[in-house]
Amino acid sequence: MEMLVYLIPASLFLGGVGLLAFLWALRSRQFEDPEGDGQRFLSDDWDKRPKP
Amino acid sequence: MSASSLSACPACVAAPSAEAIAGARAEKASGIVLSLPTAHCAACISDVERELMRVPGVRSARVNLTLKRVSVEAGPEATPALLVERLGRIGYEAHELDPGLLSVTETDRRGRDLLMRLGVAGFAMMNVMLLSVAVWSGAEAATRDLFHWISAAIALPTLVFAGQPFFSSAWASLKARRLGMDVPISLALILSSAISLYETIEGGEHAYFDAAVSLCFFLLAGRYLDYRSRAAARSAAEELAALEVPRAVRIGADGDETVAIADLRAGELVRVKPGARMPVDGIVTEGASEIDRSLLTGETLPVRVSHGTAVSAGEVNLTGPLVVRVTAAGKDSSLHRMADLVAVAESARNRYTSLADRMARGYSPSVHILALASFIGWMIQSGGDVRLAVNVASAVLIITCPCALALAVPAVVTAASGRLFRRGLLIKDGTALERLAEVDTVVFDKTGTLTMGTPRPVALEQHAEADLRLAAALASGSAHPLSASLSSALAELGIAAAEVADLREVPGEGMEATFAGRRVRLGRADWTGAEARDATATYLDAGDGKPARAFVFADRLRPGAAAAVAALKAGGKRVVLLSGDSAAPVEDMARTLGIEEWRAMVRPEEKAAHVAALTAAGARVLMVGDGLNDTAALAGAHVSISPASALDAARVASDIVLLGQDLLPIADAARLAVTARRRIKQNFALSLAYNVVAVPIALAGLATPLIAALAMSTSSITVSLNALRLR
Repeated sequence: MEMLVYLIPASLFLGGVGLLAFLWALRSRQFEDPEGDGQRFLSDDWDKRPKP
Repeated sequence: MSASSLSACPACVAAPSAEAIAGARAEKASGIVLSLPTAHCAACISDVERELMRVPGVRSARVNLTLKRVSVEAGPEATPALLVERLGRIGYEAHELDPGLLSVTETDRRGRDLLMRLGVAGFAMMNVMLLSVAVWSGAEAATRDLFHWISAAIALPTLVFAGQPFFSSAWASLKARRLGMDVPISLALILSSAISLYETIEGGEHAYFDAAVSLCFFLLAGRYLDYRSRAAARSAAEELAALEVPRAVRIGADGDETVAIADLRAGELVRVKPGARMPVDGIVTEGASEIDRSLLTGETLPVRVSHGTAVSAGEVNLTGPLVVRVTAAGKDSSLHRMADLVAVAESARNRYTSLADRMARGYSPSVHILALASFIGWMIQSGGDVRLAVNVASAVLIITCPCALALAVPAVVTAASGRLFRRGLLIKDGTALERLAEVDTVVFDKTGTLTMGTPRPVALEQHAEADLRLAAALASGSAHPLSASLSSALAELGIAAAEVADLREVPGEGMEATFAGRRVRLGRADWTGAEARDATATYLDAGDGKPARAFVFADRLRPGAAAAVAALKAGGKRVVLLSGDSAAPVEDMARTLGIEEWRAMVRPEEKAAHVAALTAAGARVLMVGDGLNDTAALAGAHVSISPASALDAARVASDIVLLGQDLLPIADAARLAVTARRRIKQNFALSLAYNVVAVPIALAGLATPLIAALAMSTSSITVSLNALRLR
């Protein structure tokens, strides 16, 4: 049972990282165009060289 | 829409008021925004962006596929008209939007705020649930207390933060002395966390932190979905208002200048190019031309105008350039007076109560009464054990809380409107789908709705080839819609144009040229010496002494019109055709489409009266129309649809807007609406069924936190899955 002292904070920390990642995604407007982003992935326009 | 936001009227949110539009238009816009109703795939994104980047002056172009828009940053040399034309050439329909009207920042912020609360509640729910698993599987004494304390540490701040939308709206409704759905929700959240905290301090067995947090999460999910469909409706309304960028060319002291219509004053002069729509009511002071009044009257025959003729806003100038003295602009113009008619008709329709409203009206009081009854009952039963009685009462509140109920409508509406949007239908009003499901009679307008509003020449093969060649030569020199249509139809037939000399256009009359030493003319009946026919036609005078030949035009059917009418009739609906046009073309159209009931020469008031009469006879009418003459009927019908090419007054008056040219989605929408309503009812039944099972358990004092959590999550998840079954 002593393991709980480490495990609970560890699991809360990992969950918190997930939450922060979500908040970051939200703030950097990654939910503006979900459909377009899903489709853009399929386009091969800039596969050879990066978009200028 | 959602049970928890009863008082708001979706139409008020969706349709911005005229003042708001006028105010927003005054703002200076930056960048260009185009609407792309047909974009749907990865290739579309690349095509559109690549094509736009090729236009000189364009700095950046980015497609938003979710909103079906592209935003372009460009220098002054890349005008919106040029971009629309370039996109049209590669096969994408595009419309210019007024970026000043698309003020998304405020709604955007609210959406992200809700999403953030939802994320926090979701995170807390996962962690508290995990800790609860240990408690449910039999943790005891110190371990259980420790887990309860950790749960409390996560749950309490979460509830304070994530529950705010419910608390503030409950407070607002209490101040207004009403019991909205948010009052029992807030009560359940506060009561359950208070009793759980008390139990934790006392080292008790049951704490409802998990139930309280998941309650909050599911309710927020419902609220977010509801918000999303409202935001989509609002942005749709904004998009429609923004579709028509209202500009006019004013003849000022120092030459022509392009100004917003709102800035025009009576007495000023404006120039109206051929092909442009009249921006204002006025009187022609210079030039001669023909105008198309079909959007206002439904009549397809062009009307001749010259010096001194009065014209009204919304009419289309066909042939020659005109100078018009403004008599009324903006709010005073006839277009806007018509909009007042619409407002009157709309107030009648707003009395519709949605399924969710009817449901909530009975549900909200019964929740309070049940919880109070169980509290009093257990106080008497246990001889004054307050702790036990409060425990039971909060369990009842948690279980009866309208979690699944709050998801029942938004989940279905979101799924259905998403599906319809992909087929090119914009749902402007939240209850439109429900109303569409009740429809049993469909009234169509003819010009511009069942037809494209663009005439095509008919029976060309009856003419002699020499005449056709002459007509091709004359028609090629003019931008008049009839000439352009004749010219392209002849080109399709492979008719080569005859060699003519001195080709010139006589504004308001037609084309004139010299052919083999004779004067030849193509144009109006009286000008070419022909007898005018009772149809849209142009006349050819070949200069050979014989009477002029008439080229008769007929309007083209919209793609999918026949299929849509057939599908609606197959669905058991009564289909009626009402048109302002003359009897012959209307009868012809009705016969082609298989519509038995039709009326011609119907004036706008008569259309509205006809719809009202049908309604009075017990029919639920779906009105499909596009013109100003349909506006009052659109507003008066049970539910209404207009194509995107309609006048903006008509679009504002209707509940659903058809973005593409095809009419077939109307039949799909009618079918989908019926399914959607069935799903909503099933969802209500499902969530009530859960309550019927769980409430007696809670009243008996047997509801443990495990049962509460299970009942709540399974009911919410079944309801959402049921909504997603919608096809």
